[in-house]
Amino acid sequence: MGIVAAALAGVVLSAGLGTAAAAPKAKQLDKVTLQLKWVTDTQFGGYYAAQQLGYFKKFGLDVTLRPGGPSITPEQVVASGQAQVGIDWLPSLLAARDTGTGLVNIAQMFSKSGMTELTWKSSGITSVAQMKNKKVGVWCCGNQYELYAALTKYGMDPTKNKGVTIVNQPFDMNLFLQHKVDAAAAMTYNELAQVMETKNPKTGKLYTLKDLNVFPMQNEGTGMLEDGLFTTQDWLNSHRDVAMRLVAASDWGWIYCRDHAVQCAQWVVKAGTALPAGHQVWEQNESNKLIWPNKLGIGVMDPKAFAFTAATSLKYHGIKHAATRKAYDAQIAKAALQYLKNHVKGIDVYGKHFKPIHVTLTAGGK
Amino acid sequence: MASVAVERPAERGVGVKRVGSRGVLLLVVLGVLWGVWEGFRAIGIHYGLTRPFTVDATSMPHIHDMFKALFERPNAEGPLLIVTLLEAAAFTAKEAALGFAMGSVGGFAIGALLAHSRMLQRGFLPYVVASQTVPILAIAPMVVIWFTNPNSTFHVTAWVAVAILASYLTFFPVAIATLRGLQATDHRAVELMRSYAANRWTVLWKLRFPTALPYLFSALKISATASIVGAIIGESPTSIAGGLGGAILNFAQFYSFQPQNLWATNIVAAALGIAFFLVVVGAERLVLRHAPENVA
Repeated sequence: MGIVAAALAGVVLSAGLGTAAAAPKAKQLDKVTLQLKWVTDTQFGGYYAAQQLGYFKKFGLDVTLRPGGPSITPEQVVASGQAQVGIDWLPSLLAARDTGTGLVNIAQMFSKSGMTELTWKSSGITSVAQMKNKKVGVWCCGNQYELYAALTKYGMDPTKNKGVTIVNQPFDMNLFLQHKVDAAAAMTYNELAQVMETKNPKTGKLYTLKDLNVFPMQNEGTGMLEDGLFTTQDWLNSHRDVAMRLVAASDWGWIYCRDHAVQCAQWVVKAGTALPAGHQVWEQNESNKLIWPNKLGIGVMDPKAFAFTAATSLKYHGIKHAATRKAYDAQIAKAALQYLKNHVKGIDVYGKHFKPIHVTLTAGGK
Repeated sequence: MASVAVERPAERGVGVKRVGSRGVLLLVVLGVLWGVWEGFRAIGIHYGLTRPFTVDATSMPHIHDMFKALFERPNAEGPLLIVTLLEAAAFTAKEAALGFAMGSVGGFAIGALLAHSRMLQRGFLPYVVASQTVPILAIAPMVVIWFTNPNSTFHVTAWVAVAILASYLTFFPVAIATLRGLQATDHRAVELMRSYAANRWTVLWKLRFPTALPYLFSALKISATASIVGAIIGESPTSIAGGLGGAILNFAQFYSFQPQNLWATNIVAAALGIAFFLVVVGAERLVLRHAPENVA
């Protein structure tokens, strides 16, 4: 037992208990940990690009990207100080604020919603209105409001299962592929591609958009704001400059990915665990579409979209009290654009002429 | 009692024959399992079974496809899947090994302490038991917040936090087995030792501990596999993407179009668990071979 204990002590010591202060560098970089909403993938391509291209470093930052997952709530990670900045959908941030957590949005990266509802062409359901009395799949826990708002527009009451049957959807697409639901939620950048990377067992060929009806919530007018950067009000008060530079470098990364989607996807594939590369290119391209073009400039909150997101969250009890403008600090994102323009000659932060690339999906997302 | 834990050492001469027959048995069992899987799959697809689950190529990939996936590249520029998974397994093994060590030492200490005082046992044993009813998923965020916050004076790197979580699953069987094992000593033997004026410490190490060893090894076998489970579960809330937990999460996400990758990951995770188990079995053989009095 003594030997085991000694060996154990050795391992614990070498594991770096109470890490010593980092060696001082010539130019001190500000350390920031960025908590992603989900596991490594091109939904966060811009941040990986900023890391890869040294944009964070150029702006005086030493950034650690911390992957998320099903048991990680970015709001909780940031509130407890394990990361300074997090990425999550705006409704989730509002819900955390509603419970008294002092978090604030500093940049709204995605200006459009990526959420869609899918039906099979063969089902004959060609509009959201026709989902009446059908089995409609959607994710839980704050991700359902956009669909709920759309169904409500057509006289259904999804919260009480009146006129429609809501099915709690897991995070894979099997329910839909097995026709166990009539409609299923899918993000343009992920689940939609997953369906089209699967072979139709009847024909042996991949499903294509010709097999599907896709209803983007953005087109239904019920799209809510998704991925945005947030931090605690306390940290922001004492680190406004660091926050601004983080947003600026992230913007720059996304600007690079707008023009180099394939390259960004390759970097992300390298950073992740055996990710399907083709799928990642699709995802990068679709993420780009949620940012560009942006009339206000990347990261700047659109007050109207904020108001709609806040009101919809309130309506479906995502929050109990109406959210106020205090939920975001518009100055940070605006200052970041100015900083970026000052430091990078001729940079285009609006992407007015943005054109998505064409991505062909393959079996298994390779 | 001890025969549950200890297998009789093989007699010399028949060893080779035994290994041979074991190999055959192993192949037969694997063949039967393969047949059951593929048979159920074929019947299920043919008759369109939807219970207990829809049987199709996605829900039940071919077993040969799972093994084939190990030797394919998930993306053109990346390494073979098995290389990625072995690296992930090595990482998880590191966490599990530390967790196993901490849990075993801690569990033994708790068991030994409780064995020596009826009052402590009455007072604390219910809480030791209750600790296992709290799901590790509920404990994980707390461990992460307590021990990995860089602003705290005491903090550890994320993988050590995972080891702490793994130890939470491993200490319990060891604690219970130690308690039981230390109390299983023949009373006459204890009385004999006392009559030679042996003190408590001597009785513990010379008599009670050797008697408890078979119990202890049974528990360590359970802990060895539990430590892998604990490490895999612990990786998710600690944001570790490089271990088997990260791989499982990643491939679960893409299950609908590449199910064989998740199954291949499961194969590697199972192999790691078996490897840990075999290490304990090996240690047991080494330790108990020279202690025939323990082989009942």
